[in-house]
Parts: sequence; structure tokens; C-alpha cells
Amino acid sequence: MINLIDTPGHIDFSGRVTRSLRAIDGAIVVVDAVEEVMIQTETVTRQALEERVRPLLFINKIDRLIKELRLPPDQIQEKLVRIIRDFNRLIEMYAEPEYREKWKVSPTAGSVAFGSARDRWGFTLAMAQKRDIKFSDVVEAYEKGRVDELKQVVPVEEAILDMVIEHIPPPHVAQRYRVPKIWRGDLESEIGQAMLNCDENGPAVMCVTNVLVDPHAGVVATGRLFSGTLHEGDTIYLIGARRSSRIQQVGIYMGQYRDVVEALPAGNIPALLGVEGVKAGETIATTKDVVPFEQIRYISEPVMTIAIEPKHPRDLPRLVDFLNKLTLEDPTLVAKIDQESGEYLLSGMGQLHLEIATHWIKKAGIDIVTSPPIVIYRETIRKRAGPFEGKSPNKHNRIYIEVEPLEPEIIELIRKGEIGEYTDRKTLAKILRDHGWDTDEARGVWAVDEKGNILIDLTKGVQFLHEVREMISAGFYSCMEDGPLARELVRGIKVKLVDAQLHEDPAHRGYAQIVPATRHALYAAMLSADPIILEPVQKITVKVPVEYVGVVTRIISQKRGRVITIEQREYVTQVIGEIPAAETFDLAEVLRGGTGGRAFWGLEFSSWQPVPASMQAEVIAAIRRRKGLSPEPPKPEDFIER
Amino acid sequence: MGFLVFVGMGLCDELDLSLRSIDILKSVDRIYAELYTSYIPHLSVERLEKLLGKKVEVLSRSDLEEKARETILAEAKKRSVALLVPGDPMLATTHVALRIEAEEMGIRTEVVHAASIFSAAPSATGLQPYKFGRSVTITFPEGGKLSNTPYEVLEENSKRGLHTLFLLDIKAEAGKYMTIRDAVHILLQLESLNGRGVVGESTLGVGLARIGSPDGVIKAGALRDLATYPFPNPPYALVIPGALHFMERRALELFAGLGE
Repeated sequence: MINLIDTPGHIDFSGRVTRSLRAIDGAIVVVDAVEEVMIQTETVTRQALEERVRPLLFINKIDRLIKELRLPPDQIQEKLVRIIRDFNRLIEMYAEPEYREKWKVSPTAGSVAFGSARDRWGFTLAMAQKRDIKFSDVVEAYEKGRVDELKQVVPVEEAILDMVIEHIPPPHVAQRYRVPKIWRGDLESEIGQAMLNCDENGPAVMCVTNVLVDPHAGVVATGRLFSGTLHEGDTIYLIGARRSSRIQQVGIYMGQYRDVVEALPAGNIPALLGVEGVKAGETIATTKDVVPFEQIRYISEPVMTIAIEPKHPRDLPRLVDFLNKLTLEDPTLVAKIDQESGEYLLSGMGQLHLEIATHWIKKAGIDIVTSPPIVIYRETIRKRAGPFEGKSPNKHNRIYIEVEPLEPEIIELIRKGEIGEYTDRKTLAKILRDHGWDTDEARGVWAVDEKGNILIDLTKGVQFLHEVREMISAGFYSCMEDGPLARELVRGIKVKLVDAQLHEDPAHRGYAQIVPATRHALYAAMLSADPIILEPVQKITVKVPVEYVGVVTRIISQKRGRVITIEQREYVTQVIGEIPAAETFDLAEVLRGGTGGRAFWGLEFSSWQPVPASMQAEVIAAIRRRKGLSPEPPKPEDFIER
Repeated sequence: MGFLVFVGMGLCDELDLSLRSIDILKSVDRIYAELYTSYIPHLSVERLEKLLGKKVEVLSRSDLEEKARETILAEAKKRSVALLVPGDPMLATTHVALRIEAEEMGIRTEVVHAASIFSAAPSATGLQPYKFGRSVTITFPEGGKLSNTPYEVLEENSKRGLHTLFLLDIKAEAGKYMTIRDAVHILLQLESLNGRGVVGESTLGVGLARIGSPDGVIKAGALRDLATYPFPNPPYALVIPGALHFMERRALELFAGLGE
């Protein structure tokens, strides 16, 4: 059984390439014979090597060399030799030492194939020798219109299959060296041993690499089963989501179709139906205490937003459907409806990410209009304040709240998903105590907001408090969605409920009373705690010939950025720095202009940083105006009632 | 000098207003009414205005809770203002907050009482008012969660042999009124959540519908029977009696069809 998985060819933000690579043990890197080794070739080869996936080379589109470039056989060979040499340089550069020589490709070893996928012929050197085909024969076949014969004599599928059988190890061999690289758990444990040995009788552990929505079957979770056996009807745990689910159906892909099977053993790539709450990147297992393959960040930190509108109102349901599908497949995209404007907002990791997303929407045949991208900010505080009192609208309930900045290490734990709403409260208390929290605070956690905020109950003996817990939490969450300065998301706040006085009768202490009381107390406290706006800062990596390094560093500092390292690599110099997302809008033009198009660069999220003090008021006013609010943020007094 | 008078409207219609109330209402500069804390089944604001020969302005919850200072209190600071409230103005409402705030602002205040479910329930059922324990509203679940307070109140009262008056939640703005059937279901659900044997299908209850109106109905019986009894339209209340005095039992038999 050989499984083939296609990876997206475009620039990828979702980790899809990395995840697909996790499912497989070998990769066929396809290089266009005309274009030769490109940046994207480098990216995917590096990613494969990082996952200890053995890359093989297929040099495609030989037909173009003959028909378009009209190269004679000797020049074709020269070009092919150059491609192989460049490809092996990538392996030299990125492979770990022990695989550097072992995994280099060569025609004599049969780890390179040539051909034209379009015309359906291809061969390895061994095949060519056996069938007595030379490049001059290929040229002749094209010149004399005998390509059909070529595909009879040397079919491309045979070339690929030969290469795969010869060089890609079976799962039980590959997992021995791959598991230690891609899984961080204890290799000596029962689970570790089962995975190393690809043991179909061990506990089942599967890494979900892709989640698709099938219009008929619903959510289909596909991934690599590293150990154990999965059966229809099995109860499984979603380690990241901390929930259990049942497998409705186990399938296996045969080409583009799924065949239903009763069970699949380790080493396979099952397609599971009916797994509720699954996301790409999830680790599925038949036991609970498995170290996951990756910490799924159920929060991505998108930095830019666009508003999307269908050109024809009748397309709205299709657009909503498509957005749902898109955000399920790429969890770093976030779609939501703006309650006030009714607009559909799509947030992503940057301008390019959103351009790609809108490209997919348009490709699905939905005409849309989009707004220019807007940078997303965060609000936080810099000192402690309170307690502040919040009164309910009927004045019969009072909530008392203190705030202080949440420790950066705790924010990081939340961001990485190591603690969250679903963490068992005892475990949570222990983790927080280990980070220096006192026992009362660590035990009193009521809510963990995924943006990096925590609500703690420090009250003693307040009557009816348990009945309003959800309401106070709801007030807390709603404030965290909607900061007081500019109604941006809130990050890094520790909220302490220190006292409450509640009405005797539940009719007078419902959501409509307790939520506003909580919000008032919390806003008053936040506004008194030196509140500021944070902006997303992106890490920029630029690869550029050494003579342009000066230009690149100048551009970075002109954009309120800073250069972190400059490193000489094999062929190019790599400049790594940081730039606020707000300054990246014309970066493409400026970099292209400054380097004559010689710079290759990428942006990714780095951190939230305070907007410089001199710009705070201006940024706040601009966001507020955009949201139709008065430019001046409210004052604590606005939320404190006599 | 400002003046704010809270006037109770009673339980049935505008005819529940006392002659004293009418006198006062005729004398004030401005009349407001709130109709969100309860439901007066036969009230017509139009007829009320005709009766008083004056305009009556109906206020929303947010007018009274959030904007009181800018609206009704600001006006009462300068002129005399009346606020009409269903039932008795200070029972089953939170208007005492408004009265306190008015007094603190130097506004003179007064309350004109009227019939309330708190007096009508013992009065209509014959259950002795001395023997009622804490009262409590059975509220609609919010955020998928039921308040457990009704169960706890019933438990305490029952332990001490006291009657429990349950007010049934209303969301007047949404036209949503809890029925006796809903209330019974919620109590039984709370029992299954708590499991302390406080209430069951055969527990004796007294259902009250439209008490104080000519079409009012009182029915005593097992909760399971009350849940299917054809009560008229809202508003509703429910009493779960504690230990019955012989006079109370006889009253329930005669006034509420106990044992029928």
C-alpha cells in the first residue's frame, strides 16, 4: 500500500505542508526542468528534511526543454545535472548530519526520475538502460510525433513507483528514526515503544494532518496512525481539545475515493468520519495521557482583518459556508460577523495570507468585494488597580474587582495551549503555583480567556455567588473581547473578583443585571491601571545577495523595525528582524524596489508590543473613529456610579 | 420642591386604583408607568388615561434602571411625578433603589400601597400569612443553567413546616410568562439535580392564575395534576404549602378544590 498526498503548491500559512509531511515517510519533490530549483523547492525540501522525510527528485516538463527551448540532448543533460547538483546542495544545507550523504539523490542510485507528467512518460536511469532509451530517443520522439510510444515504453507511473519502492522505507522502518524527531514524548514509555515499533497491538495514536468537510459525509479527519489499530465505533480522545468522541467510520483513500474498512492498523493513513471537534494538527489516541504531536493553538494570533461582502446578496449563504470550511481547514484564519455592522470579517496572519484566502473564495466561484486590510490591536494594562465597584442596572447587586498585569510566562502558557479553559482545575492550580502564584489565587481560577487573561475568585462566603459565577465569567469574557480604550481584544490581564453583594431573589440577579455590573467594575479598574494599546510585531526573514544587506537593514529600520541577526548562508545572506504589522503594507514594493527584486522574504507573527507612547493617542483615536466611536476613550469615572 | 410618588396599580385592571391614588394622580405634574415587573391582565392604558384625564407615559426597564437619573429623577427634582407600578410598588420589584436615590437627591417620596401577589396569595388561598417562609422566583434558565435558589428556599421552608410562595418569572418585554406547568417541570428537574427528596410529582401545590381578577383560578392538587390543569392566561404563581392547620386544609378544599 502506497499513499500519495498532495501538498499545496502555494505559500502556506496553515502548517498544512508540515502536517502532510508528518503523515508520510518519503516525498517526491517535483522540479520544473525549465525553471530549475526555485525558492519554493527549497522551502518544501527543507520542511521534509525537518520531519525526517526522505526527499526524492522528479524532474518534470522535459518536453518543454525540447519543444520550447529546443535544446539538443547534451544541453538537456547539462541542465539536468545542474538541477540534481542544486537539489543535493539543499540536502547538504538542511539535512541532519547523518542523513546528509545517505539522502543525496543520484540517477545511478535510482533516486531521481525524469519525464513529462503531462505526456505521461518518465524513467529512472535503470529503467532507461533496461528499455534502451536515451535522451536522443526522447528528442526524436517529440520531433517525429511518437510521444505515444514513449509513454508505452517508459510510463511515468512505473518510474515513480520504482523510485518509491527502492528508496522509501516501509512504516515500521521509517518510524524508528522518525518518531524520535517528530514526537516529544518519552520513547521508553509504552506509547513511545509502540510508536517506534509501529506496533498494531499497542495503544492507538494518530496525528491528524488534514480535516476536510465532505458535503455528504461531514467532517473527514485524515492522518497518520503511528501505533495501534483503529476500528469503527472506537471511543477515542482528542488530546488537544481534551474531549472524547466516537469513530463513526474508518476509511482509506483509494485515489480520490474513500473505501470503508472495519479497521486499520498502524502505519496507515486512515480517514475518520464522525470525530467531533477535530481540527487539523490534533492528536487522536485511545488513551488520554499521550503527549501530542503539536500543541494545537486553538487561538491563532491573526494580525490583520478584511471585511468581505458578496457582490450578489444571494451568494451570502455560499460565502458563509465557504468561510466555515476555510477556517476549519486553516485554523489560523478566523471568520466572524461584526455584530454592529453585520459585516463578515476575515482575519489572518498578514496581507498575503488574506490575499490567498480571498483568492480561494473567488476560485470557488463566489464574487466578493473586500475592504483594505486593517491591523488588529490588543489592549492591556501596566499596573494594578482596584478594587472598583460595579453596580447592576437595578442597583441591587454590587461586584468588586481588582486588576493587575498577568505574568508574561502565564500568558505564554495560555498562548501555547498548555493551560486553558479545559485544563483540569487541580492541574491548573498546580501549574500556577509552580509559577509562583499563591494557593488562594491558583485555586480560585474561574475562567481562562484564550487571548491571555484570567479571572480569579478571591471572595469568601458570598451568598448566592455560585449562582452568578457563569454571569460574572460572561461579563469578564465580554470585556476581554471588547477593551475599554478602543474596543479591541484584551491581552494579559489578571482579574480578581474580591467581593460581591447579591440580591436575595434570582429574578433580580440574572444575566441582565450581573453582566453589566461586572463590566462596569472591570472597565473602571482597567482604565485606572495605566491601559495601553499593543500592536502586532512580525518577524521578517529576508534572503538577499550580500550587496543588498545595507538596503534591507535600512528599510527595516525605516519601518520602525529592528534587525536581529545577519547571517551568511551558502549562497545568500539572511537578515532577520522585526517590523510592526502596521508598517508592512507597502513592504513588498519597497523591498522589491530597493533590491531590484533580488530579495526573498517572509513575515510571521512575533509578538505584541506597546505602540510607542507618542503614537498611543493617535492610534486609539483612529481605531475609535473607524468603529464609529467618539475619538476620546472613556474615563474610569464613566463606569463608577455614586 | 420635588416630589416622587410610587403608586401601586394592584392586580386586575385600572379599577384596582384606590380613590386616594386617583386623587394623587390627578394632582401631580407628570404620570409615568412601568409595566415590565408584572402583568396586569385587564389593564388598558387608554382607559386609565381617560379615568385620570391625563397622559400616562409607559417607561421601559432601561429608562428606569439605567437612565433614571437623567429622566424621571431629573424631572422629579423640579416637579411632582408619579410612577405607577403593578401590584404594590415595593414588593417583587427593585424600585426601592429608585426611592433611595430620590431621597438622597432631596426629592420627597411617598408610596401608595395596593394589592400584591404577596398579600393576595394567602388571602385567596386561606393559607395563613404568618406561616409563609421565604418567597422566591422560579426563573427561566439562563445560559442553559437553572437557578437552584428555589430548591434551597423550598427545602428550608419545608423543614420548618412553612409555606413557600413561588413567583413565576416573566419577561414582559418578550411577552414570555412562565406557566405553572413550566414551574412544576423546573422544580422536578431541580429535585433530580439535587436529589434530597424535597419535592416530587405527588407534592401538594396550589396553582394561582390571574389572582385578583374575576377570571382568576386557584387549584390545589398534586404537582403532576397541576402541570396539566387548564389554567387561564397569565400571570401565575405557585404555592407549596407546609404543614396545614385544619382551617387551612378546609379552606383549600372549599376555595381551591383540594381533593376533587
